[in-house]
Amino acid sequence: MVTLLNTIEDQAARRICADYGDAPDALLEILHGVQHLHGYLPETALRTVAHTLNITRADVHGVATFYHDFKLKKQAAQTLKICRAEACQAVGANELIAAAEKAFKVKIDEGGLTVGLEAMYCLGNCALGPAVLVDDRLYGRVDIEKLKSISAKHAKKAGGRS
Amino acid sequence: MSVKVYIPIDAAALSVGAQDVADAIAARGGNDVQIIRNGSRGMLYLEPLVEVETPQGRVAYGPVTADDVDSLFDAGFLTGADHALGHGLTEEIDYFARQERLTFARVGVIDPLDLADYEAHGGLAGLKAALNMSPDDIVQTVLDSGLRGRGGAGFPTGIKWKTALAQDNAQKYMCANADEGDSGTFADRMLMEGDPFALIEGMIIGARAIGATVGYAYIRSEYPHAIKTMRRAIHIMESAGWLGDNIKGSGTDFHLIIRVGAGAYICGEESSMLESIEGKRGQVKVKPPIPAISGLFDKPTIVNNVLTLGSVPYILANGAKAYADYGQGRSLGTQPFQLAGDVARGGLIEKAFGVSLRELIEDFGGGTYSGKSVKAIQAGGPLGGYVAPHDFDVAMGYESLAEAGSMIGHGGIVVYNETTDMAKMARYAMEFCELESCGKCTPCRIGSVRGKETLDKIIAGDNVAANIDVLEDLCDLMEEASLCAMGGLTPMPVRTAMKNFPDEFAGPNAKQAAE
Ligand SMILES: Cc1cc2nc3c(=O)[nH]c(=O)nc-3n(C[C@H](O)[C@H](O)[C@H](O)COP(=O)(O)O)c2cc1C
Ligand code: SF4
Ligand code: FES
Repeated sequence: MVTLLNTIEDQAARRICADYGDAPDALLEILHGVQHLHGYLPETALRTVAHTLNITRADVHGVATFYHDFKLKKQAAQTLKICRAEACQAVGANELIAAAEKAFKVKIDEGGLTVGLEAMYCLGNCALGPAVLVDDRLYGRVDIEKLKSISAKHAKKAGGRS
Repeated sequence: MSVKVYIPIDAAALSVGAQDVADAIAARGGNDVQIIRNGSRGMLYLEPLVEVETPQGRVAYGPVTADDVDSLFDAGFLTGADHALGHGLTEEIDYFARQERLTFARVGVIDPLDLADYEAHGGLAGLKAALNMSPDDIVQTVLDSGLRGRGGAGFPTGIKWKTALAQDNAQKYMCANADEGDSGTFADRMLMEGDPFALIEGMIIGARAIGATVGYAYIRSEYPHAIKTMRRAIHIMESAGWLGDNIKGSGTDFHLIIRVGAGAYICGEESSMLESIEGKRGQVKVKPPIPAISGLFDKPTIVNNVLTLGSVPYILANGAKAYADYGQGRSLGTQPFQLAGDVARGGLIEKAFGVSLRELIEDFGGGTYSGKSVKAIQAGGPLGGYVAPHDFDVAMGYESLAEAGSMIGHGGIVVYNETTDMAKMARYAMEFCELESCGKCTPCRIGSVRGKETLDKIIAGDNVAANIDVLEDLCDLMEEASLCAMGGLTPMPVRTAMKNFPDEFAGPNAKQAAE
């Protein structure tokens, strides 16, 4: 039994917990860390986190599913986060989303292999909308042509790294 | 001697190419220029806004793209020479000159992470004064200033602090609410990126006032840039001895920790935020007890908005009266308004309360960006009401705007043009509530879903009169029986849209007939 537990442990998740002193109140930070590493929250990692912080798996699951940021499934290689809150709607965010769904052949908030689209609710760039966030970089006054070039630029950067 | 050139490192400026501009100016200017990365002056319609220091003052050029850089050099912009993109002295630009900048006095002026520059521009004066004052005196000063919460509810800050100070407890907490979820708002972000020490200074003053030794800044994950700046600012303040144990020998201890949100609007509500800081689901808690008596980890806790805390240093440095001299009635001081949506000159406008909505939208905003006419504005975020142009003369104050059917909230104003479909906006309000409801109470969790469905029927022209009655009933129920303002105020945008634009809720047939 013990060996079984060890083999299914996510060593990286355990290290991230240790970075936060195995404190249960740091759960959000820890989940952010795990997601940053894997791109989503794999079941093994969640189990390791629960075990390490000495909280129930239900607690961890409850938190992981409450917040929009946390993903339980593998995500597309690149996610374009498009704001669809009011101020961006006022300058055509819905039209941008429709054009993006067509251009990238994927529905918003429905996964995707290479490119995924995610609806955001304000990125704090409301005077220069439509706003888009990709790999933590903010863009303003985005139209579909600009979105395509942003996507290509980030894909190139990601390719260069690996 | 090299010339100082200021290029913002604010996320909004970067979003439209400020980094490329900085790179191009560095490449061409070489040793002739000394580039300083400042916050944004708030004239976002001019970003990237490049400023050159001259003997007369800082001269502004914008919006600059990397392609403009050669022509700027050729025109001699390093001496402040004329150029098609030139605006003269930054501080004489009407948009800027007409503001009353107290909370945002340094934003866009200094390098946000240069502590010496911060101090040279009046930073730390409030904290130094506070460290020589008793907690009671600090609280009294904040009370006398008339400062009210800038997060949305507008509760008097001094009263809240007084309650927390009165609690006899060895452990208390001081928290900054930087969840800034309202669409159309970005002032918290701009302050954290443009003058992070001001927020930290306000938190230390608050901590001394109530006796808190630990604090959290809860920053939404949608703000990666602000998070980075705040982390560095905290590190700098720690190294300089302004955070930690026995701050500058005053006997005040204060440790500040950053917690990053995870994309839940409801975590801006204070009890939900505190749950989230504890590592739990962000579910709203029943009050009482209020956080000032029993909050984070069941200890007395103050939660204040970033702008509230960012205003505190000014008040301590200049006195309660200096602040209360601005504003009118029970809305004292200044409010950083944020102009967004379809607006020609969007940005941050810090003005004393009492300025009219029309002045903000027309004089500052200059109409729409698209060139179409203005149909309505929404003030106070997703839970705020729509205001039609015939009501634009309302004075911007907590009470006056509430009378006009909207609210100050966090100071956001979103402009919509004539093509906006108000029934769809009402539907969106319900949809947003459905998406972001914490799920604790039924009127909000289920009511929002029913509200959305009912609006779908109205939009489709299905039994319109009867469904309007259903919607009204639903709104009554949500207003009266929701535990927090998420469910309680979602009817506000719905009802104000219906009231101001009844024709658009009359079903497709009536709409066609009207056209
Ligand atoms: C649904 C909801 C969302 C809220 N979002 C925020 C927010 O993003 N930022 C904020 O400061 N306050 C927000 N508030 C208000 C807080 O509950 C609280 O009143 C405020 O942070 C107190 O600080 P203040 O007194 O300085 O305004 C929200 C309230 C509700 C009901
Ligand atoms: S009104 Fe909505 S968000 Fe507020 S407590 Fe109830 S369910 Fe949660
Ligand atoms: S509404 Fe889109 S960035 Fe704020």
